[in-house]
Amino acid sequence: MDKRNSKSGLADRIPGKVWLLLSFLAALLLWWVLSIIPATSRAFPNMFKVLGSISTMITRGVLWKDISSSLISVFSGYVLGFVIALPVAILMAWYKPVRFIIEPWIQFIRNIPPLAYVPLIVIAAGVGRKPQIIVITIACFLTMCVTIYQGVINVDETLIKAARVLGATDKDIFIRVIAPATLPFILTAIRLGASVALTTLIAAESTGATAGLGMRIRSLNNSFEPAPMLLYIIIIGILGITIEKLIKTAERRLTSWQEKREI
Amino acid sequence: MAGEARDLMNKENVCIRIDGVRKVFNGRNGEMVALNGVDLDIHDNEFICVVGPSGCGKSTLLNIIAGLLEPTEGKVYCNGKEVTGTGTERGVVFQQYALFPWLTVKKNVMFALEMRGVKGKEAETEAMKYLEMVDLAKFADHYPKELSGGMKQRVAIARAYAAEPQVLLMDEPFGALDAQTRTQLQTELLETWQKKKKTCFFITHDVDEAIILAQKVIIMSARPGRIKRIVDINIPYPRTQETKMTPEFIELKNEIWGQVYQEYLEVRK
Repeated sequence: MDKRNSKSGLADRIPGKVWLLLSFLAALLLWWVLSIIPATSRAFPNMFKVLGSISTMITRGVLWKDISSSLISVFSGYVLGFVIALPVAILMAWYKPVRFIIEPWIQFIRNIPPLAYVPLIVIAAGVGRKPQIIVITIACFLTMCVTIYQGVINVDETLIKAARVLGATDKDIFIRVIAPATLPFILTAIRLGASVALTTLIAAESTGATAGLGMRIRSLNNSFEPAPMLLYIIIIGILGITIEKLIKTAERRLTSWQEKREI
Repeated sequence: MAGEARDLMNKENVCIRIDGVRKVFNGRNGEMVALNGVDLDIHDNEFICVVGPSGCGKSTLLNIIAGLLEPTEGKVYCNGKEVTGTGTERGVVFQQYALFPWLTVKKNVMFALEMRGVKGKEAETEAMKYLEMVDLAKFADHYPKELSGGMKQRVAIARAYAAEPQVLLMDEPFGALDAQTRTQLQTELLETWQKKKKTCFFITHDVDEAIILAQKVIIMSARPGRIKRIVDINIPYPRTQETKMTPEFIELKNEIWGQVYQEYLEVRK
């Protein structure tokens, strides 16, 4: 629990769970208001219609298929991105030539929205699962590589010196100093990567996918069905927050020794 | 030639020999001579303090002895062998403690033991002995972040001792601590030094600290750093904080402070 000023007495006395409930109710209220205002009611159908669309999508036989298809793409791209990012980040931190050649391009590509280069990937890799995974891999790799690299180059020099004067070899220093010192950054990278993987999903599934949350939202847009569309958007949000919570729990367990915690 | 003669005289007890050390850093503003022509013999079990204005190259000298920096010219010998890198016979205590934050207090000390080849249960019992030495056995399972600055530095000292170095190089170890903690740690360090004899090379900018600890105070001149004077401190041990009130202490303090102050003025010019 964070303690700010004594001024926020009321805010502190109400438990976090109650706040969560209040925030949830406020969102429902806003949703309800949006669903009755004529200008927004078409984009925000009321919640019963949206809840009802769960069974519609199940009867159509697509809900579970879409969720599992998206999770497979997200997970594969994410794991691949991490597996590539880790060694590249370490090489960049250790060997200046590698850094000088790779880093500008990582920064360059990172600022291009994935949707822009998706067509190129489809031309190169065809349609189907492959381009989806490639798009997510690229996005995850870029974010995770930058974060891990920052972690490796920011390892406190005195810790390395301290280990060295105690007789540590290069191998000892890597395993027993650099690896644990970088762990918080690796975990941050894992968390940021997960969120990038999900936000890239729509772009990834614009590659002529046959199922998937992102693909379905586009197709529901074409058939003008806002209720299931909103449902799918909410599902993506729920997936995102669940994954983040899981990773944060792991993070807290693994880096409780840290002086400060990043947000 | 003089070196040869010194060799014959003190062959047994010269632990570290600094021979004509010069260190030049190449910065953006051209060359910076940090040390110029430093010669010094450090004998076994001697307690030496180095004082001088900031930027006089004290830390550079310590890093060169530790093998963390290479001299531009000249050589450092440890037990007659040329220093070419770090070595476990030369331990270092850093001002910023340099404890591994992901290891508990005990495991930090065990790190030093494991590097020496002591493993498992034995390392654990050994580590506890060193923690008892600095009176921190109760905190064995705490993480560094849970300790105060003074306690962290005591762990760092325990870890340095656990590596069983012949020489302990200390780079302003108490510089970041408050005055009270600092005096307390000075007393503790002296007690430990008397119990477990060890050669200490201690850098400080605090003249009081230098006199209370050292057998010899080395005054360094402003940049480029040279040894300006070596003052023998003939106050018998054990020294306590009351020692600071004695006339001999005050006289030494005046003398050393005067010399250091001249160098401060030199730096400000």
